[in-house]
Formats: sequence, C-alpha cells, structure tokens
Amino acid sequence: MTDAVLKARSVAGPARARRSAAVDAVAVLFIVAAAAFLYFFFPGSLALFTRMIAIMLLALSLDLVTGFAGIATLGHAALFGAGAYAAGILASKFGLTDPFAMLGIGAVAGALAGTVSSLVILRGRGLGQLVLSIAIVQLAHEAANKLSAWTGGSDGLSGIVPAPVFGLFRFDLWGRTAFILAVAILLVAFVVLRVIVRSPFGMLCRGIKQDPIRVSAMGAPVYGTLVKLYAIAGAVAGLGGALSAIATKVVGLDSLSFTLSAEALVMLVLGGVGKLFGALLGTFVFIWFEHLVSAINPFHWLTIVGAMLIAVVLFEPKGLTGALEALWKRARGGEG
Amino acid sequence: MQTILSIAVDAFAYGMVLFVISIGLSVTMGLMKVVNLAHGAFAMMGGYLAAFATHQLGVPYGVAIVVAVAGTVLAAVPLERWLYRRIYGAPELTQVLMTIGVTFVIIGVANYVMGPSLKTIPLPAALEGPVDIGFRSIAAHKLFAVATGLIVAGALWVLIERTAFGVKLRASVDNAAMAGALGVRTKIVYAVSFAAAVGLAALGGVVGAQLLPIEPHYALRYMVTFLVVVSVGGAGSIPGALLACLLLGAVETTGRYLMPEFGEFFFYLAVIAIVCLFPHGLLGRAG
Repeated sequence: MTDAVLKARSVAGPARARRSAAVDAVAVLFIVAAAAFLYFFFPGSLALFTRMIAIMLLALSLDLVTGFAGIATLGHAALFGAGAYAAGILASKFGLTDPFAMLGIGAVAGALAGTVSSLVILRGRGLGQLVLSIAIVQLAHEAANKLSAWTGGSDGLSGIVPAPVFGLFRFDLWGRTAFILAVAILLVAFVVLRVIVRSPFGMLCRGIKQDPIRVSAMGAPVYGTLVKLYAIAGAVAGLGGALSAIATKVVGLDSLSFTLSAEALVMLVLGGVGKLFGALLGTFVFIWFEHLVSAINPFHWLTIVGAMLIAVVLFEPKGLTGALEALWKRARGGEG
Repeated sequence: MQTILSIAVDAFAYGMVLFVISIGLSVTMGLMKVVNLAHGAFAMMGGYLAAFATHQLGVPYGVAIVVAVAGTVLAAVPLERWLYRRIYGAPELTQVLMTIGVTFVIIGVANYVMGPSLKTIPLPAALEGPVDIGFRSIAAHKLFAVATGLIVAGALWVLIERTAFGVKLRASVDNAAMAGALGVRTKIVYAVSFAAAVGLAALGGVVGAQLLPIEPHYALRYMVTFLVVVSVGGAGSIPGALLACLLLGAVETTGRYLMPEFGEFFFYLAVIAIVCLFPHGLLGRAG
C-alpha cells in the first residue's frame, strides 16, 4: 500500500469522517447560497450562469482525471461533446425530449466516450499521452463536422426543445427553470464525487498518481482502475454536455474542440488542481472574467488570461483555493 | 503516376516547412525537457516581424529574415531568463500551462500592435515564379523552403553531434549537476540552446509563411500540429523529426488531394496509430 493510502487509513477515524461530512455540508450550503444570490440579484444573467455550471461539470470531470490520478489531458472536451451531441440528437431526431432522459443519455454517452478514449490515452506516457488526447478530440471534432446529417455539421445541431421538468416546469425565456435544474444537478454531482474521491477507490487513484509501479506491485490493477475512473469522469462531463444542450437548445462544434479542452484545464488550474471546489471556483472566475473583458476586446482577454496563467503557475501553484486556504490558515494562526 | 508524383512533391515541400518550424521545438522538448507550447507563438512573432520589416521599413526579403530571427531571439532571451528557467524539470502540466499563458500573451500583444488581419510577406522576384523540375513545375519558394530545411537539418546535426557545444549540451541534459562540476556553465548552455530553438521557429515562420499564413490565431492554430510532429518523430531526434514531418506531410497532403471532404481526419488517425505503436516516437529514446 502506498504511504498516502496507509496514512489516510490510519487517521480515517470517526472524527475525521464527521469533519469531512461537515466540510461537505458547508460546501453544499455555500453553493446553494451562491446560487440563490445569483438567482435574485442577477436575474438577467441566468443563462450565463447555467452555461457556467455546465462547464463546471466538465472542469470537475477533468479534476477527477488530472487532479486525482495525475493524467494530463488536453482532449477532455471530447467527453463533454459526446454528452451534448447524444442528448441533442436524442431530442431533435428521436423526439425524446424529457430533460432527465436527455441527461441520462448524456451521462451514458460521456461514460462510453470516456472508456473508449481512456483505452487510447492510457497507452501513452508523458508527451505521447498529451498528444493522444489532443488527437482524440480533433478526431471527434472532424467526425461531428462530417456527419452533418446527424450533427448539423458546422451549423450546429438545432431543433432541441426539451419538455417541461417533471411535466410541470417549462423552460422559460429567462432561463429560471434551466438554472434551478443546473444547480440541482451540480449539487448531486458534487456530493457524489466527494464520496467517490474519499472512497477506497479514490485513494487507490491517488496512490496511482504518486507511484503506479508500487500500486501494481501491491496487487491492485492500475490500468483497470484508471479506465473505471475515466468512465466516471466521462459520465460527469457528459452530464455537463447534456445540460448545456438542454439549456442553450443548440449544440455547436465548439463543444467538441481543443480550445474548450485547454480552457477547462486553465479553469481547473486557476481554481486549484486536486480540489473539487477548486474546479467550481476556477470556472466561475474564468467565465465571469471572460464575460466582462471580451466584451471590450477579445485580444485583451487573451492577454489577461495568459498573464493570469503565468502568475498562477509561478506564484500560486495551488490555485485560488490554495491561496484562500493559506489566507485562512494565517488568519487562524494570527488569532491563536 | 503524374498525380502520385505531384502529391509527392507537394508533400515533400510541406513536410520540410513543418520540419524547419518544429525542429526547434524538438530540441527544447527532447534535450531541455520543456513542453514549449509557445513555440508556434515565436514562429508567429518571426512572421510578424518580417512582415513589418518588408512593409514598413521596405527592406529586402533576406534582410527581413535576419530581422525576424534576431528580433525573436532578442525577445525570447528575457523570457528564458525570467520564466522558462523556473520550469526546467517541472511536471508537464506546469510547463503546458505556463507556455499556453505565454502564447496567449504573445497573441494578445501581437494583435494589439500589428492589428488583427492576415499579414503577407512579399517574396523577392527570384522566389516568385515557378520552376520546371521535369514532369511539372513547382513554386520557387517551395524549393527555397526545402533547401532551408535540408540546410537546417545538416547544420543542427553537426552542431549537436560534432562540436564542443554539442558535447556540453548533451552533458548538461544528461546530468546538469555533474556537467556543472566539470566546468560547463549549464545555465548559459541552456539559454543559448533555447535562443537557437526560438530562432529556428522564427525562421520557419517566415520561410513557411506561404503555406502556413501569418494570422492572429497562428500560434494556437498550428500549436497542435507542431506538438504532434515532435511527439511522432520522438523528441530530440533530428532524423526522427525529419521522418515524422515527411510522413505526416504525406498523409495530410494525400488526404487533401484525394479526400478533401475528410479534412484532417486521416492526419489524426495516423497520429493515434503511430503514438500507440511507438510511445516514444518513431526514433525517440526511451525515458
């Protein structure tokens, strides 16, 4: 067993379990409070926040793969796009417009895409792995572009009209229903992922990140574990894709692009790799900032993001959550 | 037969342009172990400088190339000193992110200064017209690109394998501490190698501008292509990079000729196949 697993086991007493449950409760309360705040004070921007939540699911999924298992990938949007197109095609071509059916098929498609792409990506090491992940998202992009009878090609897939949630709540013009649905999905996904990350399976993944050879020497399957992790990550990303299909009612080729993959990685690092809350915070700050600055000039936006990235890598490798934690510790140290 | 030869000639020219730009990246990644995604940004910087020199200053093409290479190297030296030196030996994720950041900043600044439109670099009369090579004619600037590629390949091979500097570079890469103890000034060796790699990027950007036009998103558009070429060939291997460029140039050009509707589908399919079969690249060293 790796040091991390041993250490985690030895201190994982009831007190620790209670404390992490408390952390979860605080995080859930925080998300609910933030969502309520946005709902009441920015009623005109709910579409933006819904998109944010869809991308947050992508960033969470990426965090699972990169933060907890140490696999660097620049092709994660392939999973997001798989979910978006699966849900969109189901709704526009087969008339299955129930939002939960769309979300379900999105998650399944994402999980499938995750499993298949992991079989390829896990064959590479280091640079090869990065390039394989890029090749996968580019292939998916080209395929979606070519199969325009199904995907609408570069025009995007339109004609998605989701049915009311539970048959009761219509998707209104202001995006209120979509926003509430998105927040609910985010909460469920966040709590489930917190549980998975703390489970023995999650610890095994962290063990693999530290030293795969040691993990396989102690008898645990490295490859199989990572494929499973990819399937879970794919389901989360696919859920995000389906959510974006439901909320925006179109699916474009950009949901399957290298750019989106790279941006998700940037958001994750900005927030803090290896912390689920970091993925949420990073996405929020990135998209909100993009929204503000790109209205002025898209190239200024690029410059600022670039400078921000350099600063984070050089001065605060743990991202915004790392900086907040350091502040919090200093504040507590100052009191005591 | 005619078609096959035509495709072969175009593929060769395209492959050599790819080679001139990405060999510098191969050096930084293979020898200095830095995944420098900003490499395309340096090629773009070279292209913009050359366009500026020919249009605004009115200098001839040859001088513009010198201005582009020198200017890009000058801009890159402080970057090496203040940014890249901190990420030598860092995890790949860190290097990828910081160099994406550098790319974004260069794109933003370049477009602020030069404006967001496509930039042309006017060719001299000697490179303008077609040249007859027996069975068909080929644009002279393509021949020029091929010649540049061959010269660069030869010069680099001599530099790394046959000179005292090459010995120092290889020693610093294999064991920096030991090389330092033996009197090699590793920091200077690294800085010079980085400058050379960036200079090659700028050269490639100018020479290849007819095939890969200089435009605002150049650095992002071709970032993936250069990275793919290097990893397929095996980072740090000059013959490997040459082989990969010719192979991928052939796949891409053939695809464009015969099945243009499939775009880059075959290119990336070939990449997945090659990287799966040769995880360290065609001629790369393990580890």
